[in-house]
Amino acid sequence: MVSVHTVVIGVIGADVHAVGNKIIEHVLKKHGFNVVNIGVLSSQEDFINAAIETDAKAILVSSLYGHGEMDCKYMKENCEEAGLGHVKLYVGGNIVVGKQDFKEVEARFKKMGFDRVYPPGADIEEAAEQLKEDLGSP
Amino acid sequence: MSVHLLVDFGSTYTKLVAVDLEKEEIVGTSRSMTTVKTDVLEGFNLALEKLEKAHPDMGEITAISACSSAAGGLKMAAIGLVEELTAEAAKRACLGAGALVNHVYSHHLSKKEIKELKQANIDIILLAGGTDGGNKECIIHNAKKLAEAKLDVPVIVAGNKDAEDEIDEIFAAAETEYYIVDNVMPKLRELHVESAKEVIRKIFITKIIEGKGIKKAEQKTGEIIMPTPEAVLQAAELLAKGHEDEEGLGELMVIDIGGATTDVHTIGRGLPKRTEVILKGLQEPFAKRTVEGDLGVRHSANALLSIVSPFGFRKYYREPDAEEDDKLDDDFFENGVKKRQEQIDYLPESDEEKAFDRALARICTDYSMSRHVGSVEVVHTPLGNMYYQTGKDLTSMKYVIGTGGVLIFNEDAKAILREVQHKSDKKLELRPTDSEFLIDEMYIMSAMGLLGQKHPKLALKLLKRHLR
Repeated sequence: MVSVHTVVIGVIGADVHAVGNKIIEHVLKKHGFNVVNIGVLSSQEDFINAAIETDAKAILVSSLYGHGEMDCKYMKENCEEAGLGHVKLYVGGNIVVGKQDFKEVEARFKKMGFDRVYPPGADIEEAAEQLKEDLGSP
Repeated sequence: MSVHLLVDFGSTYTKLVAVDLEKEEIVGTSRSMTTVKTDVLEGFNLALEKLEKAHPDMGEITAISACSSAAGGLKMAAIGLVEELTAEAAKRACLGAGALVNHVYSHHLSKKEIKELKQANIDIILLAGGTDGGNKECIIHNAKKLAEAKLDVPVIVAGNKDAEDEIDEIFAAAETEYYIVDNVMPKLRELHVESAKEVIRKIFITKIIEGKGIKKAEQKTGEIIMPTPEAVLQAAELLAKGHEDEEGLGELMVIDIGGATTDVHTIGRGLPKRTEVILKGLQEPFAKRTVEGDLGVRHSANALLSIVSPFGFRKYYREPDAEEDDKLDDDFFENGVKKRQEQIDYLPESDEEKAFDRALARICTDYSMSRHVGSVEVVHTPLGNMYYQTGKDLTSMKYVIGTGGVLIFNEDAKAILREVQHKSDKKLELRPTDSEFLIDEMYIMSAMGLLGQKHPKLALKLLKRHLR
């Protein structure tokens, strides 16, 4: 087996936005990642269980329906509890209610333990490069 | 005339079914106590004598096939990483192969758990953990612990293939008996149990039955080809799917209530029936078996009373529409249970005793169903209610088939099976709602599973003819 990084992606909470999720999978695969896509309507537990079994190095959480902040609450703590403290946590999409200053949103999510936070319409190619940077060589 | 003899070495009885291959009919059945403590052939010979006496013109026996659940059946332990994922996948592989699984472990094995395993009298251990390319640290840790423990129990390794080579070295160095097979969960939530099941069966045939003193039977019966629960599962699958131009019955469920355990088998996909319901969790096997070690009408009778309490027992004991009967005190229930546990071949004679057996069987049916079927959970979200289904949706099961002594010999067997539809007050269970009930009156399910290995069409015809 070729040695590559495994990452878990999915859409959190009661959110059914499937298109962006597929695009992220496509782009990350193109960049050589082993992508485990748990799809839409996923709970924190689903992300964490998937990451344990697949030995993932990063979890990328998407949310488009505005309630991401609520869904992501204590995710870092739950990861640490499950022995995944070393796993990088990314989040992106319309992750808060209404239009808010992204700088503040980013600061809030970083405080919650997320390593990178992406605004609506962020370039996934760019995120893929940053992911490589953060994870280093496999 | 040539007769194929089917033998089931059960925990209590050795049961024989003789099938005439040319006339395509069942010649007769017989049974005798299983004699595993002295010589298993004693019971077999006795049952055969009975059969020959009752059917003197029975043709020559040209083939014999046998299955066994004697001496405690096949006991397995399942080990995985995440409880809901690889540990569950490993457990399902064991169950599908006809084993009883009272020990399931997840994550790193602790000293306490190893000690438990040592004392548990396990026949085979199934070791899983990690998807292919996923976590291998945990399964390697567990392999090391098992090797150190020197359990003298064969280990089947069915986890992350990246860990195979290392585990191979660990077990080889420790001289553990081990078998490496395909991962039970190669990809996330994807269940792949066939190759593990195959090796379980192989070990069962070659080793386990020898340790249990059943190997001797092979001189007379030829190879004992599978554990009895697997034979029942195979019969159920054949009956559901059909064979060539002989049509099957479609989706169905089999409930097998025994003295010590209750098995439930369902053949069907069990996907959500409504579009707004979202399926969660590990993939379900098409032919699914669960077994409850605490639900049975003899050895486990006492456990039943502790599950439902004497008060709850009354509900199952009463006729469905009857008034409350205050005459029955708690002693009545406790004595009835005690009697059955001490005398496992007890057959009820009076109406009262039959009603007592029926009540025990109803509890087994209700509780085993609750543990087998899937359920729906309602989650309140900002977008309104969402429905998540875990397990199988069995609401549209067409047939529910009852087998096992207590169902076969009770005149009111269908009243027992109706517990399948019992509404639970705990959660939204997806139980069958409108099925037809059939009883395995001649006690031939496991025999037909055996016969189906060589003559599937005939086994299917006989099942369709004799289930009523």
